[in-house]
Amino acid sequence: MRGGGNGQEPIVQIEGVTKAFGNNEVLRGVNLTLYPGETLVLLGGSGSGKSVLLGILIGLLQAGGGRVMLSDMEVTAFRTEEEWKAIWRSVGFLFQGAALFDSMSVRDNIAFPLEIHTDLSRAAIDDKVSRLLAMVGLGDIQQKMPSELSGGMQKRVALARTIALEPRIVLYDEPTTGLDPITSDTIAELIRELQKRLGITSLVVTHDIRLAFRVADRVSMLYQGKIVITGPLEEIRNHQDPRVREFLYG
Amino acid sequence: MTLAAELGNRVIALIRYLGELSLFALSILPILFRKPLFFGLIIRQIRDIGIYSFPLVAISSFAIGIVLSMHSIHLLKQFGAVHYVAAAVGLSVVKELGPVLTALMVAGRSGSGISAELGSMRVTRQIDALQVLAVNPMKYLVVTRIVACMIAVPLLTAFADLLGITGGLLMGITRGGISPSLYLDITFEFVEMIDLVPGLLKAAFFGMLIGIVSTYGGFTASGGTTGVGTATTRTVVVTSLMIFISDVFLSQTFIVLLGG
Repeated sequence: MRGGGNGQEPIVQIEGVTKAFGNNEVLRGVNLTLYPGETLVLLGGSGSGKSVLLGILIGLLQAGGGRVMLSDMEVTAFRTEEEWKAIWRSVGFLFQGAALFDSMSVRDNIAFPLEIHTDLSRAAIDDKVSRLLAMVGLGDIQQKMPSELSGGMQKRVALARTIALEPRIVLYDEPTTGLDPITSDTIAELIRELQKRLGITSLVVTHDIRLAFRVADRVSMLYQGKIVITGPLEEIRNHQDPRVREFLYG
Repeated sequence: MTLAAELGNRVIALIRYLGELSLFALSILPILFRKPLFFGLIIRQIRDIGIYSFPLVAISSFAIGIVLSMHSIHLLKQFGAVHYVAAAVGLSVVKELGPVLTALMVAGRSGSGISAELGSMRVTRQIDALQVLAVNPMKYLVVTRIVACMIAVPLLTAFADLLGITGGLLMGITRGGISPSLYLDITFEFVEMIDLVPGLLKAAFFGMLIGIVSTYGGFTASGGTTGVGTATTRTVVVTSLMIFISDVFLSQTFIVLLGG
């Protein structure tokens, strides 16, 4: 899918979301819409509030104001963990630093959500873990510990864990930070692959232009706590707004 | 900054810390018995605490039994009552030294380990990862460790009691010239089953303190690896002080309730 909406109902709707830490206003009324099956890349410089917005979407942070609708539920009105559980099972989150459980093997990391939330047998879980590892392009590394893996491999294992419960939406927080260009391209291919094969809707937060151009159906840009532009990739590439041009082309 | 201002700031920081620690402990109550209970994880934690702390507990309690016996023999010989060293060592170890020493060793070894582990999980966002995988981190990481500490510390205390008495027995035989059977007869005459209860209950309470303070330290760690180090050190200091302070009140309570 390239381009936004095509008459579909949005799967994520962010309306006027604000967030401040003390006197520091990080988000100043963010509006953003995500349609089913698309990959939206949210660009922005360091400290622009991209990751804060993801934190609000997934319930790790509370919005100061505004409204977030996620799969027809107003998550900004959620007050209990029970309300969030349905969201957490249908929305995956890939952390910037992978956030693999370092006391668990690769197999146990990926199997963890399946063991907690499904009634699958051990054999079925092992089988699924193998398939997930194959899907992210990794072979027989199930018994390795996260500390034995490279940064790129850790990201891929984390991605396998993120999609283990077959989420409809995946949120990517700076998925290529700290990776070399070749490994970054591999991650970009995986994001595209997941969109094509599993129909996953993706919101990718990044400052990596190369990644944005490789995976985006639409691009938004966050600047000083507000979305300054949203549009299809080609439109953004040729946009005349100096803030956009400076960010894209330096 | 004047000395008074510095002192005032520290008192305020201490009060704030204790207040936040209390709120953290209270927040556990509603989820304590909520499923899943993670029994497997609790067993694994008990095993880890046992494996890490047992050598320290064993050596220190055995040594304390020996030293206590040495001093008591020296004193009791002057009154011609050297065989009562068995009662002195037995009661001191079972009622006081066993639980306190064990708790201090577990706080230093396992409490610091728990704090460092959870602190590291916090700064590398593994705790956030648990949350977004729809697993309550308080339930999975905190409750399991507190329960494990509450079970492991009394179990280790029972071993400490046994090894402390054994240390005393060794000195009683070699320095006091008491026969092993007489030593044990006097021990069992003075140390009854009921005497074990206050020590083991205190141990469970100390275990709860270790669990709460160490998980709180890890959970609230911030500022990278330095923050983890600070949290770990603070855990050991605070737990040790709490063990000593609460021991005074618990001992007095048991004396009133059980009469000695």
